Amino acid sequence: MWFYDAREIAHGMDLSPIRISLETSVAATAVVTLAGTLAARWRIRRRGVVYELVDGFFLLPLVLPPTVVGFLLLLMFGRASVLGGILYSLGARLVFSWPATVVAAAVTTFPLMYMTARAALEQVDAPMVEAARTLGASEARVFREILLPLAWPGLAAGMVLTFARALGDFGATLILAGNIPGKTQTLPIAIFFAVEAGDTREAVRWSLVTVAISLAALGALNLWTRHRKGLAMRVVEQE
Amino acid sequence: MEFQAEIEAQRGAFALALRLETRGERVGILGESGAGKTMTLRAIAGLERSVRGRIVVNGRALLDSSRGVALPARERRVGLVFQSYALFPHRTVAENVAFGLERMNSAERETLVRGFLGRMRLEDLAGRYPRQLSGGQQQRVALARALVTDPEILLLDEPLSALDFHLRGLVEKDLLDTLAEFRGVALYVSHSLEEVYRLCDVILVLARGRALAFGPKEEIFLHPPSLEVARLTGCKNFSRARALGEGVVEALDWGARLRVAQRHTEARHLAIRANHVTFADAPGGENVLPCSLVESTETPFRRTLYLRLDTAEGNGWHLQAEILKDRWEELKGRPAPWYVRLDPERVFVMAE
Repeated sequence: MWFYDAREIAHGMDLSPIRISLETSVAATAVVTLAGTLAARWRIRRRGVVYELVDGFFLLPLVLPPTVVGFLLLLMFGRASVLGGILYSLGARLVFSWPATVVAAAVTTFPLMYMTARAALEQVDAPMVEAARTLGASEARVFREILLPLAWPGLAAGMVLTFARALGDFGATLILAGNIPGKTQTLPIAIFFAVEAGDTREAVRWSLVTVAISLAALGALNLWTRHRKGLAMRVVEQE
Repeated sequence: MEFQAEIEAQRGAFALALRLETRGERVGILGESGAGKTMTLRAIAGLERSVRGRIVVNGRALLDSSRGVALPARERRVGLVFQSYALFPHRTVAENVAFGLERMNSAERETLVRGFLGRMRLEDLAGRYPRQLSGGQQQRVALARALVTDPEILLLDEPLSALDFHLRGLVEKDLLDTLAEFRGVALYVSHSLEEVYRLCDVILVLARGRALAFGPKEEIFLHPPSLEVARLTGCKNFSRARALGEGVVEALDWGARLRVAQRHTEARHLAIRANHVTFADAPGGENVLPCSLVESTETPFRRTLYLRLDTAEGNGWHLQAEILKDRWEELKGRPAPWYVRLDPERVFVMAE
């Protein structure tokens, strides 16, 4: 059977797609969590048509096909563009490098984190924030000590979604980072090229690995949520 | 202690515009929902956008639009107790109270917090979280958290309304003691007349974002300057009126001439509070009118009577009288007509 011997899987194969996918997803999740949360924080205190347009821009990667996002990024970071030109002159070539996988995953997942973070921050009871302000707290302290802790469950859910989506990106990553085994070949890309080469066994193996990682991420979120609830219950029971 | 505020604020179609001045009395802000009570507090605390005007506390300007001064909420030294208390759910009672003392060194902070927890009878609850507290305890934490920062102004937004009825009396007593010790300006928002009357010295009556009356509570309750203020301060009996000469007014809707002790030059309306309406045993006295009972409703200790005046036209009732149950027991067996007495000292007239 094609999945018979686990040792053969571990031995005979190049496991780099797993490592690259995990590294890329973790890095993208870190970047996007920070950027998405800060963007959401910046946005929630503002009203107006201009900001609605900004929203549209932030959410664009969600509604565009990933290949289009990848292509636009390629244009942006290519040698011919201003930004790309500057990067090249500094000796930093983004296109077809590992960081490109992170950029592609980050850009395609940003809208998810941004939306979740915004919803999570907006649902924090306004009087909490206002009470903190009247008690002399700076905006930074309000964010750190009131908004973040109270919005944390929502932010954590956003992080898991981001991680899962980053793990799955194919189109944008392929166009911006290419398919370089051991360097930019992530799990979805490895699956695609295995299928194209007619290597069903390998495609199935990578698919199972992907499913396992995604399930593990969801399971971790569930466990953690239950743990938190458990803590809260125990505190109440001490009454 | 001196506090002056001239505020203009806009939120959607609602406009707030009022003046307020006090030298340390406790000010009660009365008005129906949507009158702008909470918005007034928020404007003073610096939580409302686009507020113009001037707010000065002891010579310190919190807001002065003409000079471009508008301190952010964190620099105003205003203590605000929210209707919902807004305690931080992820912080213990002690941490909630200590929140406003960030700049203090930790030893000093601890002493101060412990002192306030003791004062508010919260020392046993210091390590608990807000959700583990009763409504009354939460209210005390909110008050302690605001007072510990030594604010110059204390703003209370319906601080008793979230409490169960049986708790309210107890908590109100605590609140009265706390306010009595407080050395700054206290503004107290409520829609309960009795609460405001018991807790405050001066009353501001608000409607549609405007101040209808501002003055000592006795004054406002005794002689409301307008029909609307009379109504908002709980008066139930009104009649259109015409002045007939010194001390005599004709009550047009009641078909009667009444003596009035209040000095007046003009009289467009007159009124008397339901609890000031009394009953005479026989006809013929001053301001005594024959009437009959239409219906009555009861509360645990009082009875409200709806009376039809024989002198007046129209169906239905003309006057509400509120009497104690004992008095009701004496009255209820009497044959009609009854004789209602409108004490000249209690009848008040309004120029508008």
